[in-house]
Amino acid sequence: MNAVANRRAFLAGAGGLAIGFTLPSGGARAQASGAALAPNAFVRVGTDNSVTVVAKHVEMGQGPSTGVTTIIADEMDAAWDQMRFVFAPANDPLYKNLMFGTMGAGGSSAIKESWMQMRMAGAAARAMLVEAAARRWGVPASAMGVRNGVVSSGSHKATFGELAADAAALPVPANPTVKKPDQFVYIGKKFAKLDSRAKTDGSAMFTQDVRLPNMVHAAVRRPPAFGGTVKKVEAGAAKAIPGVIDVKPVPSGVAVYASDTWSAQRGAAALEVDWDLSKAETRSSAQMLAEYSAAVRTPGTQVETTGNAATALARAAKKIDATFYFPFLAHAPMETLDYVIEKKGDGIAVHAGSQFQVGEMRAMCGVAGVPFEKSELIQHYAGGSFGRRATPAMFDASEAAACARAYGFAAPVKVVASRENDLTGGFYRPMTVHRVQVGLDANGEVSGWDQVCAAKSIMKGTPFEAMGIKDGVDGNMIEGANDTNQYRIADFRLGQHLMETPVPVLWWRSVGHTHTAFVKETLIDELLAMAGKDPVAGRLALLKHERAAGALRKVAEISGFGKRAIAKGRALGVAVHESFDSYVAQVAEVSVGADGLPKVHKVWCTVDCGIAVNPDVVRAQMEGGIGYGLGHALYGEITLGEGGQVLESNFDTYRSLRIGEMPDVEVAIIPSAEKPSGVGEPGVPPIAPAVANAWRRLTGKAVRRLPFAHGDNA
Amino acid sequence: MAIDFQLNGKPASFAGDPETPLLWVLRDHLGLTGTKYGCGVAQCGACTVHLDGKNRRSCVTPVGTIAGKSVTTIEGVTGKTAEAVRAAWVGLDVPQCGFCQSGQGMSAIGLLTAKPKPTDDDIDHAMAGNICRCATYVRIRQAIKDAAGVKGVRA
Repeated sequence: MNAVANRRAFLAGAGGLAIGFTLPSGGARAQASGAALAPNAFVRVGTDNSVTVVAKHVEMGQGPSTGVTTIIADEMDAAWDQMRFVFAPANDPLYKNLMFGTMGAGGSSAIKESWMQMRMAGAAARAMLVEAAARRWGVPASAMGVRNGVVSSGSHKATFGELAADAAALPVPANPTVKKPDQFVYIGKKFAKLDSRAKTDGSAMFTQDVRLPNMVHAAVRRPPAFGGTVKKVEAGAAKAIPGVIDVKPVPSGVAVYASDTWSAQRGAAALEVDWDLSKAETRSSAQMLAEYSAAVRTPGTQVETTGNAATALARAAKKIDATFYFPFLAHAPMETLDYVIEKKGDGIAVHAGSQFQVGEMRAMCGVAGVPFEKSELIQHYAGGSFGRRATPAMFDASEAAACARAYGFAAPVKVVASRENDLTGGFYRPMTVHRVQVGLDANGEVSGWDQVCAAKSIMKGTPFEAMGIKDGVDGNMIEGANDTNQYRIADFRLGQHLMETPVPVLWWRSVGHTHTAFVKETLIDELLAMAGKDPVAGRLALLKHERAAGALRKVAEISGFGKRAIAKGRALGVAVHESFDSYVAQVAEVSVGADGLPKVHKVWCTVDCGIAVNPDVVRAQMEGGIGYGLGHALYGEITLGEGGQVLESNFDTYRSLRIGEMPDVEVAIIPSAEKPSGVGEPGVPPIAPAVANAWRRLTGKAVRRLPFAHGDNA
Repeated sequence: MAIDFQLNGKPASFAGDPETPLLWVLRDHLGLTGTKYGCGVAQCGACTVHLDGKNRRSCVTPVGTIAGKSVTTIEGVTGKTAEAVRAAWVGLDVPQCGFCQSGQGMSAIGLLTAKPKPTDDDIDHAMAGNICRCATYVRIRQAIKDAAGVKGVRA
């Protein structure tokens, strides 16, 4: 039950298991060197009886490594304690995300995109082991049983390890038979994650922990406003700091090299830089918000229309005209972004917890001026991402490579972003404004919904533009707001404005759903209250999708929504939302806290994510999604002050949820035979509106601006 | 002049700038990387070690101030409480990304050493300085209770 996440250790591993990573995918024969079975790019069976899964997704906490290992162990009928995983190298032909066409994790896609690929990989290995046993014993393969990593028939018995060498000589089946769901032995059950021990005793290896001989530490001083550039550098004070070795310009600012991280950070702070801010963003958040607010008064690019929202609103008996404000948000993963780069042969070797392995390696090779084919990625655990490690422009990787290049590759260079660079460096959830006009007719039915959104596009100007922007419409910005998967609204119109700013923006755990779900779920709650309808029954009458309704009914049941007495001074709020093909409903029990902000006591959560491969990982993702969503709804805000400088630079001002603010969480997983869908992100969208709906019930005040701590809602 | 101290029960020494925070002495000079950098300003707790047996944020502790003292890191922490905390952490699969968990574990061991049967308020107070961006807090709380052998849920 050990995760062998260190690839070097794996390559030098026990039992003569020395298998390269250049095996042809779907090759006709298992290309195992040494006495081991390697039927495809994902499964390795060692003569030491280990089964090692080559995990193609970065492990940043959402558990895909355990997930893909679970699927393969199940199809093989392996014993759980013989399972291990290693991280795949940067190789698109073998390890691309089937939804992206390149290696990557994102969009809560890991298990969804690899579900059948992993099952086939495991089933192929199992079939070869069974066939090897059949030939050894002269018994038909159909007479074999496999259980806990042991193949048996009558009195014959052999472990996978004992059969691996024979199996390796056999042809790889092109279309192995996968199990029927009622044959699953691990999928759908709780099994211990493979990386918990290493992540508890300090031995888990992150990029920050990489130490190479003669390595130098680099820190980058970046411009004080987005879009600024270096005019002139006075490095004397920095170079006078003990431990500082050198100072070099890089495209993103000025790099300081030192004998340890602390000296590099001190050196970067001591630089005297004359900045050119002529092309920089000098507007404050308040100014930008005013411009966005003006934009949403106009119709914008039409995204979607059903019926006629304008005429339905004109005949409505009651109306709400609401403008919603959402700030820039930083992801702030615990491990700031970091890379270690060294010249090796004709290429570079890079240590990283890369979320776009091939994209980042290609970008770094481009900066370094070396061929990708001669270069190597050594992948490590990533200390959180929430979207931050997936920059389409490969900014952070390119910056690190520029630091190594500027140093002339004279030594391995480790670049660790300071928390200050992490928080003030952009790649935020876009600041977003929505204006929505909604009406109710005399019977209390929704009569018209007109919504206009303004934000900077995440994908415009990136390699993902063609994929993400169709007919001038940015899909990320309005996902979850559009009419396709949520409520039946007869007369609906949705428009959008793509705003421009040099502030870099990025997908942030659940992307557009972070704001669209809030708008939809708070407004529907308000409309139902205006109509005198129950928040659950009223939603059920409007929900389009039965799986959303199922999640909502179940959360109402487990929370006792409307069926039990609530303590004085507390209220329940509910929300339901589909994202990444999963349906999540949440009920929050809330009171007014001592600080005047919502105190969330408990959250009940239901999730329909198809087959739950590892239910405890699903539960953990709901818990984590709720905490992440709640912390930002309460406190999260990146603010550009006068002149465009970011005001929040560490956790003292960019306040994170802390343990005393975390509610108890009860999760119920809806049984399903549908194929697996996302769990990393879908827990986030419902929590802010569920809390806001409880808040409105408690205080009578509708919440139009996040975070709560901004002060407009108290 | 070198600064001498005890590190995980053995003599250790650092000859550089005495202002260097203990965190970077551990990580960049002595090779103990289980203790993490998360903020550098004692806001996140990822760098928590034990100094003479008590929780300490190593990122704001100049190494010059610990001469003659005893430092314990996640790599060296031992004893029944440490074992109980580790077992509870693994039993509940607390970690997600895992990056903060060295600090969480050290803070929890420090708490249980001082208060073997903590209340929820004790846990909130003792663990308030340890941020987990994955928000594994529900399981951290339960794991501390499991390690302490205390029951009960919050109202």
